[in-house]
Amino acid sequence: MSFEIELSHQLGDCALSVDFASDAACIAITGPSGAGKTTLLNCIAGLITPDRGRIVIGGRILHDSARQISVPVEQRGAGYVFQDARLFPHLKVAANLAYGDRRRGQQQGTIDRDGIIETLGISGIMDRWPANLSGGEIRRVAIARALLAHPQFLLLDEPIASLDPARSEEILTMIEQLGRALAIPMIYVSHQPQETARLTDTVITLATPLPQSTSPR
Amino acid sequence: MISALEWSIILLSLKVSLVAVTATMPAAYALAWLLARRRFPGHSLLDALVHLPLVVPPVVTGWILLILLGRTGPLGALLDRWLGITLVFHWTGAALAAAVMALPLMVRAMRLSIDAVDRRLVAAGRTLGATRWQAFRTISLPLTLPGILAGAVLGFTRSLGEFGATITFAANIPGQTRTLPLAIYTGLQVPGGEAAVTRLAIISILLSLGALMVSEWLIRRNTNGRAHVV
Repeated sequence: MSFEIELSHQLGDCALSVDFASDAACIAITGPSGAGKTTLLNCIAGLITPDRGRIVIGGRILHDSARQISVPVEQRGAGYVFQDARLFPHLKVAANLAYGDRRRGQQQGTIDRDGIIETLGISGIMDRWPANLSGGEIRRVAIARALLAHPQFLLLDEPIASLDPARSEEILTMIEQLGRALAIPMIYVSHQPQETARLTDTVITLATPLPQSTSPR
Repeated sequence: MISALEWSIILLSLKVSLVAVTATMPAAYALAWLLARRRFPGHSLLDALVHLPLVVPPVVTGWILLILLGRTGPLGALLDRWLGITLVFHWTGAALAAAVMALPLMVRAMRLSIDAVDRRLVAAGRTLGATRWQAFRTISLPLTLPGILAGAVLGFTRSLGEFGATITFAANIPGQTRTLPLAIYTGLQVPGGEAAVTRLAIISILLSLGALMVSEWLIRRNTNGRAHVV
């Protein structure tokens, strides 16, 4: 199994509860905003500890509350592309890309650094500060940074949201290409079904959570 | 142009202020971090204690230091007996008084910059393989550098100007605790001391201006090319 995820988590008024297993190389998670898509990714990456559950990706147990296993964030090997990119503003593009590379570089096998940079078309902006990048460039650097950290699985949180159609198409093609080349499990979150259709057939839809009954004070 | 006596006063003032600020920096940053990021019982009490020297008359702060750290004070007696350290009438006492007075300003500046750090960036660093400590060192610390520099300069200029707590706690001893403000005050007490006072006053204005300019330059250099300059 590539993915075995079964967890429940309460965040504020939202109750997230998922249970699925899949052998697909790539799965898509869709659902309306507020359904807990990002919360689910954060649980998988280790940024949030779910109230209870079990997360297994590519055969590695990342979290199992029954057995009190929880791999620390930095050891999970997530290649997380955040919805808001989160490039480090005090580091130039090159240093942003090297951030994860340097830390995990020796541990795992080699990765085609130049190939990734080439594919994403960012070799010309290595010397720039994140503040001086366009929206499309920011997305591409964020994707490259996640890939260069030698990830064992990829988490993509709406990586093409708020980009114009031409740019979206371009980046989607790159993701498709790179995903195939790296051959690691990938979770793609989007609220646009047509986006995910070309990447995978395995779609998990999170329903809008039922509002918790709130008693009047 | 500048007499030997004036030089010795300037050097003493710089020594007292530099020691006060450098020794206080780590504690100030730790306090700022604690107050910005942690919630614990006694949080508001600690916050109030740190800010006390800012709102209490400096003479009172000096008096409290004297009670606690004077030769017969509870802490002062221990220091004297165990370590042979006497702070009163000594330049280290002047540095301590300056440090206590500078602390709230340093903590405030640093805390603002810590509050401004986007914690989502730290989370991003963690997913890229950084431990908590590595993420602090490579993300939070550099992002708060402008606040650290601002705090250091505020603390340094505050220390240069420190008068009330110093004269109360460490007294006005030539060559030991008579820093620029104390020397100016002493000059005013002496008939015919106006000329000396004018020179010392100009020197202290120039020193403070110099410190400000150095900090502006440091901050500009350290945030070079970035759009989010604090």
